[in-house]
Formats: sequence, structure tokens, C-alpha cells
Amino acid sequence: MNQELVIKAENVGKRYQLGGRVRYKALRDTLTDLFTSPFRVFRPHSRPFADTPDFWALQDVSFEVKRGEVVGIIGRNGAGKSTLLKILSRITEPTTGRIELHGRVGSLLEVGTGFHPELTGRENIFLNGAILGMKRAEIRRKFDEIVAFAEIEKFLDTPVKHYSSGMYMRLAFSVAAHLEPEILLVDEVLAVGDAEFQEKCLGKMSEVAHAGRTVLFVSHNMSAVQRLCTRGLLLDRGGICFDGPAPEAIRRYLQPSGKEAEKSSRLEWTPRLARYPFHEVVRLKWFRIVDETGAIVDNRLLFNSHQYRALIDADLMQGDARLIFGLSFYDSESHLLLFGTSNHDAGLINFGNRPPGSIQLSMPIPRNLFWNRSYEVELCCCLHYTGWVLSPENESRLAFDFFRDDDLDPYSNPTRAGYLAPVIPWTVKAHASEAE
Amino acid sequence: MTSGSIPSQPPPPATVIQPTHGLRFLDVRDLLHFRELAGFLAWRDIKVRYKQTAIGVLWVVLQPLLLMLAFWLFFGRLARMDQTTGGVPYPLFALAGLLPWQLFSRILNDSGNSLVTNQRLITKIYFPRLLVPLSTVLATLPDFGVGLLLLGAALAFFQVLPGATILFLPLFTLLLLLAALGIGFWLAALNTEYRDVMYAMPFLAQFWMFVTPVVYPAALVPERFRWLLGFNPMAGVVEGFRWCLFGGPAPWALFALSTAVALALLISGTFWFRWRERTFIDTLGG
Repeated sequence: MNQELVIKAENVGKRYQLGGRVRYKALRDTLTDLFTSPFRVFRPHSRPFADTPDFWALQDVSFEVKRGEVVGIIGRNGAGKSTLLKILSRITEPTTGRIELHGRVGSLLEVGTGFHPELTGRENIFLNGAILGMKRAEIRRKFDEIVAFAEIEKFLDTPVKHYSSGMYMRLAFSVAAHLEPEILLVDEVLAVGDAEFQEKCLGKMSEVAHAGRTVLFVSHNMSAVQRLCTRGLLLDRGGICFDGPAPEAIRRYLQPSGKEAEKSSRLEWTPRLARYPFHEVVRLKWFRIVDETGAIVDNRLLFNSHQYRALIDADLMQGDARLIFGLSFYDSESHLLLFGTSNHDAGLINFGNRPPGSIQLSMPIPRNLFWNRSYEVELCCCLHYTGWVLSPENESRLAFDFFRDDDLDPYSNPTRAGYLAPVIPWTVKAHASEAE
Repeated sequence: MTSGSIPSQPPPPATVIQPTHGLRFLDVRDLLHFRELAGFLAWRDIKVRYKQTAIGVLWVVLQPLLLMLAFWLFFGRLARMDQTTGGVPYPLFALAGLLPWQLFSRILNDSGNSLVTNQRLITKIYFPRLLVPLSTVLATLPDFGVGLLLLGAALAFFQVLPGATILFLPLFTLLLLLAALGIGFWLAALNTEYRDVMYAMPFLAQFWMFVTPVVYPAALVPERFRWLLGFNPMAGVVEGFRWCLFGGPAPWALFALSTAVALALLISGTFWFRWRERTFIDTLGG
């Protein structure tokens, strides 16, 4: 029973047509088409604009999912993750291929789909539940549970337009979380909400997963994928480029191979504007590891005998006391080893009374801490309790190898166990009292 | 099974997702499965409609009432239409045409815009798309019910007692719904691709009203050609309403033609909608 297939996808492909005219084509074009070739309009997938270029969002995607598997679908923006979920949830039809689904499918591609701001919390629970595919009786049965999970008892009869965004999200997720499909498709719902909310969502999702349901989970949040998923499906440019254990999929996602890996031996990250658009408080310019002379490290190797620094360059658009920068150090398998922020360790750097302008933060890479291994350092940035400017598990990761070159102890083991090797002063003394 | 938490039930039939080819008509099983949702969507539209208005539901009565008075004054008194109604008081005559007409134009407008206004919903979740224009029809019915009460009051006021023909009123209402739904399906699907529809719709409704015997009786058209009015299904509906309420000779040819045209619109609209359904999600984006 455990080996039962619930999803079987074969050669699934989805083609979109590019070009501005596709969205709102003029009526006269179709009318002209109708007269010049009257039957073509009714051909399946007729293409009124044969001259517009095609774009395959997905191509030749085949995979199988067994009952009870929790599969993380990861990949960069535009890799085809959301298109795949849209096809699986029947929102859009594939252009090629075939998918077999065994069991009731529930999809959660957006938190709060169909919520109406003028309706009360109570009314929206019923409306949203029905939209997600629940029967009226089922919603009534789970009503109290939904309300309790969302913690909105007092505001049940208030229109949701008066809710705080936190309450709104909690209610929306709560309805969706109480849907009990055999196959659950979830798209990036954790991208919103505060840490507490995310924690709650993750807890609920792993509950769902442990109840033997099949979950397909799209996320950019690698620690969430790591926590929830047993298997990872890494998509790249519309195809599956890895299908296997989740940690391996995550590693491949975070460590792009080939040309990009070559490039990343230079320890510098510059945000792509398309991905991190303009932020009203701060605009990140670059993040680098430099040596004593200020030169960027370009062979990914750091020596313990040298003092390196992490530099963060940014434009402060307006002073804001909530602004915090953080650095995370990971081992090569993406376990978080260390985390430090500009407001904890640096004597409370306060950006609240700072005039707008260019700023540079500098943090020394700690010495006598890392061992002869591979590490990764990542920048993150947020407005305290408000939102991420650059959330953790992002693409700013710089991978480096460390060499404890000044360790002169003849008994030292170059492959000593453990990822961190701070210098800890051991002492020993003899028990004088034993002689008595 | 890894745990006992999934209620034991017969294994559900497999859902197969693949590109479909050719024309499709209704998927009745799918529609039935989601029938509650149609009700919920309609309920939402009704609930929200008169929120943040000062007089709320009064609008339902005021709209036809004020129009009836305006028609009576301008068409009835000034244009002397009241001589052509065959003895029926003109306000009553106008109201009997206005009620079905308003329902029709409301459905046209609401269902024509329904896919665009529900864009967020239909690009994020699956359910039979036909439910979207369908639910807007359901949502118009309570207002129509109130309108009928107003009509009853007007009948009492003018002391007009309808004959047994009033039993046919539900049939003509059904005819109205079928025709409106057929056109609504056409417009809704067209609107996702051509926003021209959104701008053409108010004009279409206005034009359509003038070719429908709402303010004037069909009797103004020479009898030999009168049945031709039936190509406009709303002519059949409005004449039908008046026949139900005020009696007189029944224009059967007109009714038959209107029914045929309404059915043709409904069937072609359904096919068209189901045909465009394949791609309009991609056009809507989201």
C-alpha cells in the first residue's frame, strides 16, 4: 500500500506564446483569420499568431510520486515550478503529455484566494472553504478548529477588511490547512507572514505530511524544504535536472555547477535588480569578502593567519532604526553554524538617526574558529519585525574553503572532526586529596 | 497505509490531465460536484452588492419604479404611447417590459464581466469555469423576485387582474435566463481575450433595448412581419410577459422563434465557452 502511485506524470509540457499582442489581441485579427481560414479557429490549440515566438515553460517533465511522499519542488524563478503546480491543480491545461492523479487534490497556490474584504471572518471561512473544495457540512464540522487555529474568535463577525494583515493571513491559512485532500499542492505560502506564523504553518504542514498524505511543496525557503520534504525535485529551465533525496536537491540548488561555480570563486555577490527591486529603506549594492589590502578574495581560499573582512555596501534611502544586517555561516551541507547581526554583536548599530546616503558595513571574519573545510557565508537583511529585505536561504551565498595554516601543533589532526574549532583552553590538575 | 487518519473510503477514480482536443460540451459530473460553490459565489455577490450604500436594498425597488415613472412621463404622456397599449395603463405596461429587460441587461453585464472580475480566483484554483457566469445569474434572481412583488403591487394599484395565462410566467422567465446565459457565456469568454467587449457591452445593452418592445408594444410592427421580432429572444420574453399578465391573442410564431434562437445561443455559447476555457487562463495570467 505504501508503494502506491498517486501521481504519474509523463512528458508534460506547457507552451506559452510570447509577445505583447498575446494578451489583448485585437478582435479584427481574429475576424480576419475567420474569413481567410474559417475552420482554423476551431482547430485544437490553433495559433492565431503563428509568427509570435513560443516559450516552453515546461518540457518533457516526467515523474512519479508515491502515497505519503513529501516532495519539495525547487528551482530558480522561471524554472517552471508554478506552471507545474498549475497544471497539476488543473488550472491550466498542459500542451503535451499526460498526468494521472489518484485521490482528491487540494491546491493552495495562494493564501486567501477568494477572500472578500467586505465579508466577515465567519462568512469568508465558508466562502473560502467552498472555493477550496470543501462541502458545507465539512466546513461546519471543522469550523471551531479553523477559528481556534487562526486565533480570531473575537473578530469572527468583523469584515476582514478591518483585520490586521497577520490576522488575515492566519485565517486564510487556517481554512486551507483544514482541507484534507489526499494530495496537497502548496505554492510558496510561507513567503508571507512573521516568523511565528511561518513556524505555525510549517508545524501544520508537517502534521499533514505525517498523516500519510502526499504533499507537493514549492518554495524558495530551503530550510522549510529541508524540514518538510523527503524528496526534492529540482527544476531548471522547464525541465527536471535532479530528482532525489531532498538534501542533495537543495545542495545542487544552492551550489550551481558549471560556469556559475567558476564565477563564484570570486567572493563577491551583487544583487540582480530584477530579483531584488527597489526597497524604500535600503538598497543593497554588494557583499564581498576582502583581505587585509581590501582586495576581493578570488580563489575562495581563506587562511587563518590572515584577517579577512566581510564588507556590505548599500545605499541608505532613509534612516530607519529597524534596519538590521545579518551574516550566516553554513557548512557545505547547508547546516547553519553561526548567525550574527549588526544589532547584536556590533554594539547596537542604529540606522535610525543616520542621514540617507552610501554606507558600508564591515565585519571581521573570526579567526581560530573554522577548520580545514568548506563553508558558506550568506548575507541577510531585514526591517525588525516588519519584513525581509533579503531573507535567509538566498542567493548571496559565498562559498569558501578555510585553511588553518597557522596551526603549528604537531599533534593537530588536519581532518579533525567537527565544523568549528575554536581555541578552548583546557586545564588539568591533580587531586591533592587522594594522597590522604 | 501509513496511518489510520485517512478515512477509509473506496479509492476515488483517477483524474487524468492531458491536452483535450476538439469541441467539448458540458461535464455534468464536474458541475454537480461543484454545485455548492455556485451557490456560495452567488451568495457572496448578493451579500456584497449593497454594502456601503445608504439606502441598501431600496435600490432594488427604486430602479424599476423611477424608470417606470420616467417612461410613463416621456413615452406614455409626451410621445402618446399610452394610446397603443390596448387598454393597459401605460405605467403597468412599461413595468411589465422593464422588469424582464432589467434582469436581462443585468445578467449580460455581470456575466460578461464575471471572468475578468474573478480573475484572481480562476487563476489560482480549479473549478468548472462555467460556474462563474452561472453564479452571477443566480445572484440576480433575488432582485428580480423583489421586482415581481413591485409588479404585483402595481397590478393591485391599477386594479388589473391577470388571467390563467399568468401560470406561463415562469416559462418566460426561464426563456429569459437561457437567452441571457447563452449571450453571457459568449461575452464572458470573449472578454478574457478582447477587452473591447467591456466597452461594447453598455452600448450593446442600450441598442438592444431599443430593438426590444420595452417602451413600445410589438403591435406597432405590421402584423405580417411581427414574428420576425422573434429573432431577438428578448422580444419573445417581453411580449410573453405581457401576454401572461394582460392576456390577448398569443403570438405563438414569435414565441417559437425566440425559443429557438435562445436555445441556439445557449448551446453555441456553451461550446464557445468550453472551447476558449482551454486558453483563457493563460490569457488572464496571474
